[in-house]
Amino acid sequence: MSKMAREILRLEGICKSYHVGQPNQTDVLHNISFSLDSTDFAALVGPSGSGKSTLLNVMGLLDQPTAGELYLLGQATSTMMEEQRTQLRGREIGFVFQFHHLIQAFNALDNVLMPLMLNHGKPTQEDVEYAHYLLRQVGLEKLANRRPNELSGGQQQRVAVARALVSKPALLLADEPTGNLDSKSAATVFELFRKMQVEHQCAVLLVTHDERLSSACDRTITLFDGRLQQA
Amino acid sequence: MFVRKWWTDWLVALAFLRDGRGQTVLITVGVAVGVAVIVFVTALIEGLQANVIERTLGTQAHIRLLQPDEVNRVAPVTDGTIHLVHEDQRAQRLRSIQNWQELLVALDQRADLTVVSPLVSGPALAQRGAAVKSVALVGIDWPRYRQLLPLDDYIVAGQVRIGADDVLIGSQLAHELGVQVGAKIRLDTGQTNARVVTIAGIFELGVRELDARYVYMDMKQAQPLLQLIGGVTVIDIRVTDIFQAEQIAQRLHRLTGLKAESWIATNGQLMNALSAQSLSTNMIKIFVGASVAFGIASVLSVSVVQRTREIGILRATGASRAQILRIFLLQGALFGLLGALVGVAVSYALVWVFNSFGPGLFYIPIAPQLIVSALALAMVTGIGAAAWPARRAANLDPVEAIRYV
Ligand SMILES: Nc1ncnc2c1ncn2[C@@H]1O[C@H](COP(=O)(O)OP(=O)(O)OP(=O)(O)O)[C@@H](O)[C@H]1O
Ligand SMILES: [Mg+2]
Repeated sequence: MSKMAREILRLEGICKSYHVGQPNQTDVLHNISFSLDSTDFAALVGPSGSGKSTLLNVMGLLDQPTAGELYLLGQATSTMMEEQRTQLRGREIGFVFQFHHLIQAFNALDNVLMPLMLNHGKPTQEDVEYAHYLLRQVGLEKLANRRPNELSGGQQQRVAVARALVSKPALLLADEPTGNLDSKSAATVFELFRKMQVEHQCAVLLVTHDERLSSACDRTITLFDGRLQQA
Repeated sequence: MFVRKWWTDWLVALAFLRDGRGQTVLITVGVAVGVAVIVFVTALIEGLQANVIERTLGTQAHIRLLQPDEVNRVAPVTDGTIHLVHEDQRAQRLRSIQNWQELLVALDQRADLTVVSPLVSGPALAQRGAAVKSVALVGIDWPRYRQLLPLDDYIVAGQVRIGADDVLIGSQLAHELGVQVGAKIRLDTGQTNARVVTIAGIFELGVRELDARYVYMDMKQAQPLLQLIGGVTVIDIRVTDIFQAEQIAQRLHRLTGLKAESWIATNGQLMNALSAQSLSTNMIKIFVGASVAFGIASVLSVSVVQRTREIGILRATGASRAQILRIFLLQGALFGLLGALVGVAVSYALVWVFNSFGPGLFYIPIAPQLIVSALALAMVTGIGAAAWPARRAANLDPVEAIRYV
């Protein structure tokens, strides 16, 4: 039974430059256009420095493109107010960063709950149970009360994965989510993403250098020097 | 909706404070020292001033309303006329305040006055046997006057009983005339009348001048003696806020046309001393407050830099600028509040030590308002001090912040 695909994200002519108008202007992204559907499970690949993280930041509404338009769930985002972009980001986008980033002042469980708490305030019983469920999925149910500095790099990365999923986002962006993981954990995380995609119909985009991982994805988007390479 | 989100702001702010425990403890101690100094100095100076004022003004009117001085009326002349005047200043005879009964009714209505006490007073000679002393006759309306000066507390012999022929005299005068309670003396005002009165009580106010000269009697008895039937010469007034006395006096002057003398005008030196003292304590408070504010600001600035990456993560996971701003403002407020709680406790201890083991010259009360305002002010200072670092945190670019190492 195939589900109807709906468009989650569409990029039209996205460009990103740093230091615009200055002698050291760097053009990182050039005229990038593509879209992601709720059935998409895509890999973003490309050599180091090709602009993958930059593109992910733009797609995640963390960064503003220099030119072009980005539609999230059909809404044009370039004209949105900062507040509105923040809200959309918090509700609809799950992020796993290239370097695991947790907040040291909170334990693993609270880190996972953070997106929900920032958006809705005090978490409900249901929220907490869901966070526990996600931690179980990434194999950390016993470490829910540990602080980040009491976890290994790979464990922290898995907490970050659970955090990205907790708000059941429409778009999941992951920058080398398995970079620090052993192959078994990497497979677990990969499977979890797959499962989320099916259960919640979210578009998934993974940046990865791992050939095996990218070939396991349904679709590959290749970036080279800030330009899309048609396969 | 908003309030629900604030729950998280509290959570994060508290977690940051707990996480940076060393910093939190240090700045709390810093704020506490500042607050303790401010509260202690304020309480000390308030206690001291209250004591000085009580000693000086305790039994005095804050404002005296008097009939204005009589002046010569010089007829106006047409322009261009040279006008030479040789003027003899007029002698000021004893006169009654006009319409004082109505005035009394009007003054009783005012909320800024606590006591309104009319009296008639003038000079007389007190005589017993060969002893003659010049005295001041003071005819009072006892129920009103006792609110100004509760003579009952100062009676050393006899009792407060005026009316009919009964009068009260000071201990010094009693000594000089060699009289005791029950004795009779003759009062001569130099007018047509003289009277023999009975001494019902002897008071000692502790002010030699008053104890040697004052003779209290009922207003109705004093009026005919001073040839002022139905009249009063002075209305003594006490006000709620003694530092407003001069302003109130001027208002009363404009309203009634009477001469209004406030204690501030007649005790210029004292007032100067008090305001100089207030000024210097205010300076101390401002400087201590400023250093507390700078302390909080610098601790938070360091914290913003240290937490740059975490701020970026919070932003990326859905925290708005406003939330980041609130998280840091809250930390400032909490630094202020924590410090103030400790500081108030310390100042309480200091005051207790001062009151129990100090020189014992006077007692320092700590007003509950002082504590409430110290806490509130410390929180506001904390928020104010946090404003700059909090703005910096809120304006961090999330992408840059996440990259920050
Ligand atoms: N703030 C910035 N100012 C100037 N240039 C920048 C800035 N951020 C990134 N760049 C440049 O943009 C280019 C793309 O960087 P990006 O981090 O997106 O690469 P990447 O594809 O994610 O590489 P990697 O695989 O190593 O993570 C790089 O050449 C980088 O130097
Ligand atoms: Mg990268």
